[in-house]
Amino acid sequence: MTAPAIPAPPPTNQGDGATPTRPSRSGGRRNAELGLLVFAMAVVGLYAAAAEAALMGRVTLWFLGPVAALGAMFFVAHLMIRWLAPHSDPVMLPAVALINGFGVMFLRRLDIADVKEHGGTSIPVFGGQGGRQLMWSLLAIACAMLVLAIVRDHRSLSRYAYTLGLTGIVLVMIPAVLPARLASVNGAPAKLWINFGFFAIQPGEFAKVLLLVFFAYYLVRKREVLSLASKRFLGIDFPRGRDLGPVLTVWLLSLLVLVFEKDLGTSLMYFGMFVVTLYIATERVSWLIIGLLLFSGGAFSAYVLGGIIGGPFANFHQRVGIWLDPFAEPDGNGYQLVQSLLGLGTGGLFGAGPGVGHPEIVPLVESDFIFAGMGEEIGLFGLSALLVVYLLIAQRGLRAAIGVRDSFGKLFAGGLAFTLGLQVFVIVGGVSKLIPLTGQTTPFLSAGGSSLVANWALVALLLRVSDAARRPADGSASGRGGGPSAGGPVKLQELPTEMLKAGTTTRHNGDKA
Amino acid sequence: MNAPLRRVGVVVLVLFGLLFVNLNWVQAYKADDYRNSDYNTHRVQISEYQRQRGSIEAAGGVVLAQSRQTDDDLKYQRMYPMGDQYAHIVGVKPVSNASTDIEKLENAYLQGNADSQVADRWLAMLTGKRTSGGNVLLTLSPGAQRTGYEALQNKGKVRKGAVVALDPSTGALLAAVSAPSFDPNPLVSHNSKAATSAFNQLEQNPDKPLFNRAFSELYPPGSTFKVIDSAAALANGVQPETVLQGGTSYTAPGTTHVIQNAPGVFCPEQITLKQALTVSCNTAFSRLAAEQLGADPIKKMAQAFGFEEPVRFDQDPKNVMGVATSHTGTMQDPNGQVDRPTVAQSAIGQSNVQMTPLQGALIAATVANGGRQMRPYLIDKELAADRTPTYVASPHEQRRPLNEQNAGTLRDMMINVVASNDGTGTSARIPGVQVGGKTGTAQNGNNPDHGWFIGFAIKDGKPVAAVAVFLEQAGSGGSHDAAQIAGNVMRAIIQERG
Repeated sequence: MTAPAIPAPPPTNQGDGATPTRPSRSGGRRNAELGLLVFAMAVVGLYAAAAEAALMGRVTLWFLGPVAALGAMFFVAHLMIRWLAPHSDPVMLPAVALINGFGVMFLRRLDIADVKEHGGTSIPVFGGQGGRQLMWSLLAIACAMLVLAIVRDHRSLSRYAYTLGLTGIVLVMIPAVLPARLASVNGAPAKLWINFGFFAIQPGEFAKVLLLVFFAYYLVRKREVLSLASKRFLGIDFPRGRDLGPVLTVWLLSLLVLVFEKDLGTSLMYFGMFVVTLYIATERVSWLIIGLLLFSGGAFSAYVLGGIIGGPFANFHQRVGIWLDPFAEPDGNGYQLVQSLLGLGTGGLFGAGPGVGHPEIVPLVESDFIFAGMGEEIGLFGLSALLVVYLLIAQRGLRAAIGVRDSFGKLFAGGLAFTLGLQVFVIVGGVSKLIPLTGQTTPFLSAGGSSLVANWALVALLLRVSDAARRPADGSASGRGGGPSAGGPVKLQELPTEMLKAGTTTRHNGDKA
Repeated sequence: MNAPLRRVGVVVLVLFGLLFVNLNWVQAYKADDYRNSDYNTHRVQISEYQRQRGSIEAAGGVVLAQSRQTDDDLKYQRMYPMGDQYAHIVGVKPVSNASTDIEKLENAYLQGNADSQVADRWLAMLTGKRTSGGNVLLTLSPGAQRTGYEALQNKGKVRKGAVVALDPSTGALLAAVSAPSFDPNPLVSHNSKAATSAFNQLEQNPDKPLFNRAFSELYPPGSTFKVIDSAAALANGVQPETVLQGGTSYTAPGTTHVIQNAPGVFCPEQITLKQALTVSCNTAFSRLAAEQLGADPIKKMAQAFGFEEPVRFDQDPKNVMGVATSHTGTMQDPNGQVDRPTVAQSAIGQSNVQMTPLQGALIAATVANGGRQMRPYLIDKELAADRTPTYVASPHEQRRPLNEQNAGTLRDMMINVVASNDGTGTSARIPGVQVGGKTGTAQNGNNPDHGWFIGFAIKDGKPVAAVAVFLEQAGSGGSHDAAQIAGNVMRAIIQERG
């Protein structure tokens, strides 16, 4: 371990915003956040105005409604962060706000095109798909603030690791055991939903955060055992056979997801999440290699099995087939991906311009294919900018993980940030034919309440960790430098959570930094 | 745990890097393919008819395709003022079916969606004015095109064929006619059903008017292939005055098939290479190829002129214009050995030798241009909506099958074919201009023979035109007519271009 994995004491509920020691620093950070937020909202507003101008031939002031509503909510969030997490990363909220705003406005733009097609002239602020997304966004931000208010110290989460982990597994499993008509929407083969009729939620979105709490907790406890190496092969230390238990369990779990929920993306997400946290915890590259081998082996055999026996693997086999050659059936199975690619290509470098393209041709452009739909209008340059913003969020999350002192926080934040990045990779790679398409949402962009609420909660947790990471070491923050010296043995006893008891049993040799 | 966290940061960076590279692939490298894909008509259809599509013009501003405003839902109607005269080059831009030829190749520019027009698009967005798309100016010479077109129309007995004319010194396409042709206007009707039925009718027409006989169809070149034989002979040390063994008939070793000369050809036992070309002596060339040169030099020379390799117009790497690849065949028996009877047949442009009229024109152009083959091109300029050029063609040399000296010798030999009174190409003569060429009569199974002429015109020492004329199943006298048409087309070019 390179970082001193020294735990902080239990949360002392200090008057955060009022910490008198270095008010200027945290204040400057928050002012930067406000400035960036204003900028993000201005960009979103410009985009909305341009789209409306192109679609309606004039700019009404209607587009200001959603922008104002979002802006107001983000401002409230900003004030809440000033109060609840004054030292947190100032880039995170504006970056997410920008993407969220673009998502709402793109959906609204789809509504406008649709309304225009049927002779209408305008839509209410909360009407249509864009309006629904706007409402969900407001709700999601509120939930995120609630998370920020309730979880005052991320380490307290580990106290409920088993409960949360079990809840996560149950959430993952529900769609698998539900009959298909209750577990899927739009007639899609993937069973990822709980369909209540009037609305549907995607439990997997929440499960990823919950499972990650458990992974982080479990790995902090077990990491020393898991980092024990026994065999050295090709210069890489491989773990003992019996230590493979947990990784095999998660592998099986994700294969079950693949088979019963027919979704490679979710399966890849969970497994990738686990393997990467395992790697962060143990610093053993061998885990990455084992994970990669297990996953590719699993995916490959699923593909082969799908070709031979079909059944639960048939869907995956078909998707790989479409990926290999979407133009084999351009009007059949390949239609969606073909239209996605044609849309992206038609957009070219600069895009057709907001409101000028025809994203509505791509099926599911409002959810899975939103990135491709936007790509037709904002072009390679616009999409690259969006990717950079996503990258920024993920890297800022990892930065928070590096900055925070406790192992659980490191694992948790690192896992969250990586998961977000991985999800963007899986879906954007899917719609642009880099990898086989899987039904993931594009975080903060796609229409869908579950995804928004879950990912905003994820951002709240990252903000929470980054607040802990950036809290000044002086003043009352005694938890920061409490340990004897950096690089010293990990004192698991000092962990403020129930790791205390567990720690004593697994502590054998300390940390060889 | 910080080291692995940093490494995870790198992993995320790499994953996003992959996304970025892939998006570049999709949106930059493959963008044109996708944009112009036949499966993209639905997306394109709606937006395309919102904006006036640019026009396609021949040299001198003759409008070949333009869009006129309508009261329709689709705001513009594509029309082709020249009717069937340019149909196989300009192509069509139907509402729901796939577009073809220049309409397809230059679709993005005509529509105003090319990357070179991004500034216009932004300007249009800011000012709120919808500009029209870009205009494409073709190299075609209207006079030559009309002459070729009318020649194929008026000949009474000849209804199928092709005329291709090139500028030998640049490679610019001056005329490309395929007969029978079709009127493209019904195909772009806004009534999709009518358009589709018009298309189906054309497709089922037994005369195959949709075939582009100038570029896309392969025919046995007959005696025009003797130009390739002669080039191969010159490259292998044979001189124009070298005496070959001719005679009235020749039987290649290993076969009983007798090769004879066409009726009326006077070919003595002893004949020079130059004279053999002038009178088109089959026996001399077959014997020269089968017994003296062999298969390889002829195949190599044909390849050097562009056989076996796809001929691509400049700016058309994907072969939207549908150029077929001419080929000579292997001239081998099933065991992979050189088959001399086949060589003998191939030397007179029969057996498996096949070429397009475009390839024929390229051969003549190359000889006229001192052995330097220019890459053919047909897009002269791309003009933005305000008619400022954003692209101007520049000629490229693409092959050099002959050195200067041999090219000059071969040129003089071909001039003799037209100029000499016992030559076969006398009907191509133009007063005051040096015309060279080679006729061809290609056997076509039990059907009437095809007539060919490939040739060039040199004015004041400068090559000004190269032409190939192909008359499908023209019967006897076909090559004579072909030479005459070629002369007329070249005369039109000289008149129009000075």
